[in-house]
Amino acid sequence: MNRHAVAAIYKFEMARFRRTLWQSLATPVITTSLYFVVFGAAIGARMGNLEGVPYGAFIVPGLIMLAIFTESLSNASFGIYLPKFTGTIFEVLSAPVSAFELVLAYVGAAATKSVLLGLVILATANLFVPVSIAHPLWMVAFLVLTATTFCLFGFILGIWADGFDQLQFVPMLIITPLTFLGGAFYSIDMLPQGWRTFSLFNPIVYLISGFRWSFYGTEDVPVGVSLAVTGAFFLAFLGIVAWIFKTGYRLKT
Amino acid sequence: MQPVIAISHLTKTYATGLQALKDVSLEIRDREIFALLGPNGAGKTTLINIVCGIVTSSSGRVHVDGHDIVRDYRFTRSKIGLVPQELTTDTFETVWATVSFSRGLFGRPPGPLHLEKVLRELSLWDRRHDKIRTLSGGMKRRVLIAKALAHEPEILFLDEPTAGVDVELRRDMWALVRALRDAGVTIILTTHYIDEAEEMADRIGVINKGELVVVEEKAALMKKLGKKQLTLHLLEPLTAIPAGLSRWPIRLKNHGSELEYTFEASEERTGIPALLRALSDLGVAYKDLQTRQSSLEDIFLDLVKQ
Repeated sequence: MNRHAVAAIYKFEMARFRRTLWQSLATPVITTSLYFVVFGAAIGARMGNLEGVPYGAFIVPGLIMLAIFTESLSNASFGIYLPKFTGTIFEVLSAPVSAFELVLAYVGAAATKSVLLGLVILATANLFVPVSIAHPLWMVAFLVLTATTFCLFGFILGIWADGFDQLQFVPMLIITPLTFLGGAFYSIDMLPQGWRTFSLFNPIVYLISGFRWSFYGTEDVPVGVSLAVTGAFFLAFLGIVAWIFKTGYRLKT
Repeated sequence: MQPVIAISHLTKTYATGLQALKDVSLEIRDREIFALLGPNGAGKTTLINIVCGIVTSSSGRVHVDGHDIVRDYRFTRSKIGLVPQELTTDTFETVWATVSFSRGLFGRPPGPLHLEKVLRELSLWDRRHDKIRTLSGGMKRRVLIAKALAHEPEILFLDEPTAGVDVELRRDMWALVRALRDAGVTIILTTHYIDEAEEMADRIGVINKGELVVVEEKAALMKKLGKKQLTLHLLEPLTAIPAGLSRWPIRLKNHGSELEYTFEASEERTGIPALLRALSDLGVAYKDLQTRQSSLEDIFLDLVKQ
């Protein structure tokens, strides 16, 4: 294990995070606060309780997940795309570092940022609504697993992307709509049967449902299924990353 | 003595179909300065990138210090430092942060004393807290060299290290390369400046269209492939070469006022005395004469033209 290399990449990526702290943390926090103003105070007051939880508090897990999805994708994809774009990737590729160590360092750093962001949003949410956490360990487990899974996804995206526009394509045009339709702001039980069945094809439903269960003990789908789906995504992305390094896809010519 | 790098039957064909390397075999000796010359697109960078692990070869094998670069990549890569052709640096990092990163990346524990030594040698110590984007092109080139030396490599690849740098920096780099070689580092450099190779290299390899055309000791190469020219400045211009001089490879220059005789530099018998006697017999008088040995550049151009 080249632990010095893992530490070097991790510290390098975290230094980038510190340099862009305002953009990395303040922007999602402000956006989340606006969601609470609109959905929590303005609309939530008229919504009453959902599954026994005040509406403002009900949307907290969904909002955290929304931020985790998009920030994990952009952090991890940017982390590997930038050296590709500037050409500095030559140094990483010529270093005595294994694929596992590279992924551990890049994805580890991106996941750390995402988890920190999730906790900051949780703290921000507490300023607006009272948030209770029924299963704190499961909450952390879902948070870390989801962040890591989407960072792996972002890593793949960063290697695949040929331009900055492609980096934005997946988070903006796929993940954000799926999250809005995946029960971030409502329980899919509120939907008519047809739409409910349709929603079950949206993988984001399972991720949000599991995370919300760790807060309030309520679920759209059984928590075991949520965990299995999250784990399946994690393994699938891990497999793709392993394939990328085995073949050198878009990394080596 | 075991070569420090042994390249055997290396080929590389890119996905586009471009065959960048064709059955290249080469051995680099320990602690030598080896200059790899070739025109643009000859395959120099591809060859370097394969040895460093950046590009995958299509076939063939490379050993560094007796270890296979694929199977024992940790060992081989930790021995190698690479200064790339392009000025690819982390724009927003400081000089100190980027060299520290490079040292760690290559598996070395923090070494502030070594990094300080490298930065001082490259006149970067006073700029260590500056962000790289504030540096000039020449200083960025120094940063790339510092990064390559951060992990104390035993083999250093310099891919066009002096491209676009000023004369002073070029001289500094030459001095640094010699100092590194004296300290036990094996250096492989590619360059477009033939005088650079002529000045520094112990051995020279010429690569053209993916094939290694020649590998020789510099002095032997210049002796073997070099030519000499004798130029006679005539008192009276000639309109044609006299028939009596037809056995010598001679040509008239400058409207017949100069007579140029080309001969192999390696030949024991140059034929000059006989030529001068023949001129005297024919009544061709000259006021001055000079000889010139072809440079490495002439030899290089001859090789790549073939």
